[in-house]
Amino acid sequence: MSEHVGLRGKAWFQALTGQDEASKEDPASVLTADVIIGDERALFLCVIPNPGSRFPCVRDGQVGLEEGYTLAHRVREALNADKDKPKSQKRPIIAIIDVKSQAYGRREETAGLFLAAAASSDAYASARMAGHPVISFVVGHALSGGFLTHGYQANRILALDDAGVTIHAMHKEAAAKITRRSVDDLERLGERILPMSYNVQDYAKLGLLHQLLHVESLIEPNQSEVDEAKNAIIAAIVDARKGPPDLGVRRQSPAAQKSRKAGIAARALMEHEWKKV
Amino acid sequence: MIETIEINVIPAFVNRGSFIELNGRERAQALFDKGSWRELVGPFDRIESPWLPMQGVAPQFDDGCVVIKGRITGKPAVAISLEGAFQGGSIGEVSGAKMVAALDLATIDSRDGKPTAAILLLETGGVRLQEANLGLAAIAEVIASILELRQYAPVITVIAGTVGCFGGMALAAGVSSYVVMTREARLGLNGPEVIEQESGKDEFDASDRALIWSIHGGEQRVGMGLADDLVEDSVDGIASAVQHFVTAGKPTQHRSEQVELYRRRIASLDASSQIDPLALREQWKGFNSKGRTR
Repeated sequence: MSEHVGLRGKAWFQALTGQDEASKEDPASVLTADVIIGDERALFLCVIPNPGSRFPCVRDGQVGLEEGYTLAHRVREALNADKDKPKSQKRPIIAIIDVKSQAYGRREETAGLFLAAAASSDAYASARMAGHPVISFVVGHALSGGFLTHGYQANRILALDDAGVTIHAMHKEAAAKITRRSVDDLERLGERILPMSYNVQDYAKLGLLHQLLHVESLIEPNQSEVDEAKNAIIAAIVDARKGPPDLGVRRQSPAAQKSRKAGIAARALMEHEWKKV
Repeated sequence: MIETIEINVIPAFVNRGSFIELNGRERAQALFDKGSWRELVGPFDRIESPWLPMQGVAPQFDDGCVVIKGRITGKPAVAISLEGAFQGGSIGEVSGAKMVAALDLATIDSRDGKPTAAILLLETGGVRLQEANLGLAAIAEVIASILELRQYAPVITVIAGTVGCFGGMALAAGVSSYVVMTREARLGLNGPEVIEQESGKDEFDASDRALIWSIHGGEQRVGMGLADDLVEDSVDGIASAVQHFVTAGKPTQHRSEQVELYRRRIASLDASSQIDPLALREQWKGFNSKGRTR
């Protein structure tokens, strides 16, 4: 696990919005800002570590109960504020992502963490379906239930092209334990089995990403890198507005046509047989 | 002298026809009106995981996901059933794609004026780790497709047991219109073993069965309003609960849209020590607006 989880999220949130503190009503772990990007106002959201959280299992930047419902609340706020606006004027929603995972805690399970995660996922997807461009920008880790809660419902996903960026179903150490393999074995397997790889360039080959962005420094982006990221986000907003508000683009990309062949074939056959009943 | 032994009446639980004892395919079949259904992309189509054989794991011709289309109480419906006995009901590229495709086709029919309910029979630990990123991506798409469909027709999740519904698929249950559970079923984001592994035995003792059921069990989830209907493990009981919700149609508000209610509830939680499940059930019960048992 990198020692930087959460720091990159905050660094990029600050670089893109000029802000770095949570709103007073929100837990310190959820940063939101309504700021201008390009020529329009957008809602930026980011989950960061909060060492003082009253929930011990989220202190390192995991996504827990407060995080899930706060994200849902803020996204729905934007959804309601823009509900009567035409689609072209609904504000973009930008999720900055550096999340370790969901919270692995008993308090969280008792109080139904799955619903907090579902509520956030629901809010992001509802915004997307209503016509808000929802853009995810992965600047660090995007893992497991953390990513499902915060970011995976986006129309377009951008990621930094860096060895410190990981998009995966489960972090290496846990996945190794559960599948009874060593971390080394798991890494070797990832070189052979594309969806198991922890490398973001391999992730890009799955066809789920809109774009990879190169930077020199993950933690301290310079002004030209920040400008480049802003331009990429603006271009993704334009692209999202042009396309349908579903996730079909993740199947249609040339990379997906290659790496998700089996799933695409299953879908085609389902469409064919569906009409016969 | 031959004594005639009175044959006792067979106890009801022997005769009830257990749902849990059925496999994933039989479970889905049991929900439909007689003669009204057909399986789609079934085992004879042999659409299987390309990733498992590369790792020396035997694939299955249906990839552990059974899709059946037909009618329930006369209404169009599709059931998507995960086979808990194959790779723990985990979601891979193919099983996930089958789910997403069936949900999307139900949405298209519903938009075209033929509301088609979906019944998700979830026995799953979530992502299939051998297909890691394609499993996680599929779950994100399953959630998206449920959210599309539930605007037009009810999406009913049934967790009968005994695998339970965990990992990313717990979010699929969370965004469903209705959740039906038995006492043998469990629902949660993280299973006990994962919490013990990640946070230690003091946080969660995965060998403590009473603790597990007090938190994740069907009685608790329905009791606290995070699921809608607690049913006995019987084919008739579960089929009738499904019929009830198919007939009820979509709810006015979905649970995962009740953000302010749950935000307040979480704000008022005392997190200074572990939360007593029974006390929380008492606190939360009765706040919800829909469902049979609330």
